[in-house]
Amino acid sequence: MNFDDYRGVWVFIEEKDGHVASVSLELLGAGRQLADKRKTELAGVLIGDNVQSLAQIAFEYGADKVYMYDAPIYRYYRTETFMRAVLACVEKHKPEILLYGATSTGKDLASAVATDLPTGLTADTTQLDVEEDTGLLLASRPAFGGNIMATILCKKYRPQMATVRPKVMKALPRNKEASGVVIEESIPITEEDIRTKVLEIVRSTTQHVRIDEADVIVAGGKGLGGPAGFQVIHRLAETLGAAVGASRDVVEAGWVPHHHQVGQTGVTVTPKIYFAIGISGAIQHLVGMQNSGLIIAINKDPAAPIFQSSHYGIVGDALTIVPMLTEAFQIALGRKEEADAGKI
Amino acid sequence: MLHIVACIKQVPDTKIIKMNPKTNTMDRSSAPAILNPYDSHAVEEAVRLRERYGGVVSVLTMGPPPAVKAIRKCIEIGADEGYMITDRAFAGADTLATSYALTKALEKIASEVRPIDLIICGKMTIDGDTGQVGPGIARRLDMPPLTSVNKVVEINRAEGYAIVHRKLEDGYEVIRSTLPCLFSVEKDINEVPYSTLPNMLRAARYQPHVWAVSDLNDIDKTQLGLKGSPTIVSSVWAPQKPQGGKLLEGTPEEQIQQLLDVVLTRRELFDAVAGGEGS
Ligand SMILES: Cc1cc2nc3c(=O)[nH]c(=O)nc-3n(C[C@H](O)[C@H](O)[C@@H](O)COP(=O)(O)OP(=O)(O)OC[C@H]3O[C@@H](n4cnc5c(N)ncnc54)[C@H](O)[C@@H]3O)c2cc1C
Ligand SMILES: Cc1cc2nc3c(=O)[nH]c(=O)nc-3n(C[C@H](O)[C@H](O)[C@H](O)COP(=O)(O)OP(=O)(O)OC[C@H]3O[C@@H](n4cnc5c(N)ncnc54)[C@H](O)[C@@H]3O)c2cc1C
Repeated sequence: MNFDDYRGVWVFIEEKDGHVASVSLELLGAGRQLADKRKTELAGVLIGDNVQSLAQIAFEYGADKVYMYDAPIYRYYRTETFMRAVLACVEKHKPEILLYGATSTGKDLASAVATDLPTGLTADTTQLDVEEDTGLLLASRPAFGGNIMATILCKKYRPQMATVRPKVMKALPRNKEASGVVIEESIPITEEDIRTKVLEIVRSTTQHVRIDEADVIVAGGKGLGGPAGFQVIHRLAETLGAAVGASRDVVEAGWVPHHHQVGQTGVTVTPKIYFAIGISGAIQHLVGMQNSGLIIAINKDPAAPIFQSSHYGIVGDALTIVPMLTEAFQIALGRKEEADAGKI
Repeated sequence: MLHIVACIKQVPDTKIIKMNPKTNTMDRSSAPAILNPYDSHAVEEAVRLRERYGGVVSVLTMGPPPAVKAIRKCIEIGADEGYMITDRAFAGADTLATSYALTKALEKIASEVRPIDLIICGKMTIDGDTGQVGPGIARRLDMPPLTSVNKVVEINRAEGYAIVHRKLEDGYEVIRSTLPCLFSVEKDINEVPYSTLPNMLRAARYQPHVWAVSDLNDIDKTQLGLKGSPTIVSSVWAPQKPQGGKLLEGTPEEQIQQLLDVVLTRRELFDAVAGGEGS
């Protein structure tokens, strides 16, 4: 394998409901830095049905080039179709680095591509860097349930591949003037070649606030004592227009559904304000919220580890402190009357 | 007869793991080895499918000799047979080398014991937690990989297809795939009940089939273990935690006032809480 043949940093552009998934925009930001350091180009790989307009979005967020596979067969994500497109593209244009979002689609696709190439694949990366002269990708990730961080290298194969956690990299500010080159690609593939069919897609009907997009999160833990105690979390969240977060123990106890879970096996969040209430601060929880702007902890145990990781802490019983805090905010924000009228 | 193989791994219980603060390494002795929790759901699902359709459930692991305990745990859950590949040559495998070794064992099971209709893996492990081994095996055996499966609607061996639900970030999709294929399953696919007494008794005496590298056919030794692993773990460190801030002081009322002062007097924070219209 001649490494000099492999040039450029690529990002798999994931489409979601006709938009570019935000993790792909974040990866274009991170990829831009890597490409600049290596003085090479940044390209997106865009696969879908009717996705031309998304190429422009990739340029506006930092890509120089987009390789596009646009055909009805790519209407839904399927491992076999997407994998074949990516494999063909890699073989033809030989990137040095290829990044995917660590979403269910990105992880599925990357694992399949890595096996066929073959090459190394670093999972769930949270930090990326590249050696300027050798091009060696330094991909760091949590392992052992977040108990340790490890830096993973792939010295002997190209491309070097990684899946990257949503929300940990930063997208560039959008530049609407930007443009780039679209390279249309195709491979011979027909429906008969493909062994899986998507029969139906069912979107969950209950609309919920996406905690990974919320500016304010009020998160509760096992310390609330039970679903009744957890109500104080909902009330503070409603007052602040915040999303409700939870530790894994709360989710496992069935007090709230899984999409509220913050942490290693839940969602990574970066709100401006994060309230951690009755949460001990286990490392698996911390890895999901430690990049929040302002972290406020309320816990009755002054020795709880969460206080090591928060900006402000109140030691006390959440069941008395939180209702007081909620009322204080209602008054300060002029929402007391709405609240008393039962609107909040 | 439907033959399902669940791939399972013994892992250190990361809930109990302690880090050595001096060397920044994991104190493995502090962590008891357990069956990867996600894999117990894989085995349970295999057992449920056997109850629905008849057939045989095998489990397969690659690991050091003590991993026999994880196999016994699967027999407790209801698996029929256990296979283990163990050899120093497997040590240090990343996901590519792991899926290679497991594939060789699966090929041996399929050709010498009975053909395989379905492979079930856990969504991920709690130590490496990459989730990459399942899709890797599927690619090597040229089976469709179906990740994030949280419901099996139907397995039709006679007509050669399976229908499952795959969990999406905001719902699920219904997929039909040809058999044989591979599922990686989510935890919410089932609940693993307590073991029954007969299964426990059988598990206690159960001896799995154990193979070394030399027992596997057509094996390319350069693809095994550390040598066959493109990724290398170059350094390991304890994750840094955000710096501890300050504990507020005074009566609860005073502390709450101090908090409000912080939130409401910083423009950005104020906008964040004042802009909201309820969740
Ligand atoms: C700190 C650290 C970081 C690592 N990072 C990476 C990385 O980024 N990329 C990489 O390629 N490797 C990495 N590895 C190596 C990798 O984690 C394992 O060594 C590899 O053997 C299995 O991967 P996994 O545990 O992540 O399994 P997963 O892919 O998470 O496991 C999924 C499923 O595959 C099956 N399975 C997995 N292992 C076995 C087994 N031994 N026997 C039977 N079934 C099994 C189970 O059903 C399991 O539920 C890392 C190792 C360490 C110690
Ligand atoms: C592989 C793996 C992955 C994991 N992934 C996640 C994850 O994604 N997210 C996650 O959160 N966890 C995760 N965990 C679990 C994690 O290790 C902890 O078990 C969990 O975060 C603890 O939840 P908790 O803080 O709510 O509960 P506890 O640890 O029980 O803490 C409760 C806290 O509440 C305090 N308290 C009690 N009563 C009151 C009161 N009246 N008022 C105020 N405070 C009170 C106590 O002092 C204590 O600090 C994972 C674990 C593993 C092994």
